[in-house]
Amino acid sequence: MRKWRCVICDFEYDEALGMPDDGIAPGTRWEDVPEDWSCSDCGAPKAEFHMVVVEAA
Amino acid sequence: MSAVMTAPRWRDRKRYLWLLGAPVMLIPIMGGLLVEATGWSLFWWFMPLVVYIVVPIADALVGEDRNNPPESAVADLEKDRYYRWAVYSAVPMEYATLIWGAWVAGTASLAWWEYLGLAISVGMVTGISIAVAHELGHKTDPFEQWLSKIALAPTGYGHFYTEHNRGHHVRVATPEDPASSRYGESFYAFLPRTIAGAMRSAWKIEKARMQRRGLPTWHWRNDAINAWAMTPILFGALIVAFGWIVLPYLLIQAVYGFSLLEVVNYLEHYGLCRKKLPSGRYERCQPTHSWNSNHVFSNVLLYGLERHSDHHANPLRGYEALRHFEDSPQLPNGYAGMILLAYCPPLWFAVMNRKVRAHYGGDLTKANVVPRLRNKLAVPATA
Repeated sequence: MRKWRCVICDFEYDEALGMPDDGIAPGTRWEDVPEDWSCSDCGAPKAEFHMVVVEAA
Repeated sequence: MSAVMTAPRWRDRKRYLWLLGAPVMLIPIMGGLLVEATGWSLFWWFMPLVVYIVVPIADALVGEDRNNPPESAVADLEKDRYYRWAVYSAVPMEYATLIWGAWVAGTASLAWWEYLGLAISVGMVTGISIAVAHELGHKTDPFEQWLSKIALAPTGYGHFYTEHNRGHHVRVATPEDPASSRYGESFYAFLPRTIAGAMRSAWKIEKARMQRRGLPTWHWRNDAINAWAMTPILFGALIVAFGWIVLPYLLIQAVYGFSLLEVVNYLEHYGLCRKKLPSGRYERCQPTHSWNSNHVFSNVLLYGLERHSDHHANPLRGYEALRHFEDSPQLPNGYAGMILLAYCPPLWFAVMNRKVRAHYGGDLTKANVVPRLRNKLAVPATA
């Protein structure tokens, strides 16, 4: 499970936790997060690849 | 593809109007020329006269534009470099006015009210330039980020670059955000809270960012430090060029400039609040969490900043592509008129408290309410 960080606002998406508020189940890999999903905190789109790996395991 | 080819091509009717933002920066210089031509000292105050009298009237007369660019046109709009250059061009104009003002303050013998008028006029320009810095600072292009900090240097508000994106956008319309004003909070109570809160927040964010990179907090790559550093360099150069007499001018315009940004912050989210979800996080920022204004005249002068609802819901969208949403709360005038209202708290409360209550169907437990009123309101509102 990895964590991804938004380069605009520093929000972290943790694959282990998912994003249940947005209907993304715990354990959802970054690749499987829908393309139209955007950063929960600042709205930066996934499609523009504003996320970087911060922790890989 | 063929459907796109045959559909009548959408044209941006505001395309050339966006060029007006840059010459607005030169209005204090026009004021100086008018003083010369007429001999009337009043024209040292030309910029506030234009912004507080001409703009609200023009907003009321010209009215609103609720048209949105069709989604099919957005990608082309955002790729069109023309719109970026329309923003860049405002920054050299801002500096022309700042330097011209320092030259006047340093060389002309002005009465104190003329000196003050000059400093306030230039402060409005450097304050409006924070809207330019705002448009630039949202982009990931290093040139635009650099230009954003340059546009902030005259007001000494370099930390806005960090705080706005990583602080304000994350916490907007919550009680935790220093830059979101609360129902029942006057502008004069909001001002010290937001100034101190924004600085504290920016420093905390940069400190954490430097730690993650394994760098010391005091490092030139700390965006609060490198942006702040431009201000003493700029002020120092102007003092060397024109003498110590320009120092009060520089300080007055800086304080007036960032206070202008803060009064705009005050009216952008007044009383609006995001719901806390069972998970403890706040709901996503929706267009309903920012006050919107479609008044054409002031929107053109501020690069669409007043279409604030879409901006917060979609912060990477360029100003030329921002949309109006029917369900977002609407301000009754453009920013210039609303600023005048905010300066006069009883009037502000009379107009805006009613609007906040209407927005939440009378249930103020849903609003972002000043702590002083929170307990009082929670009692009868047991919906």
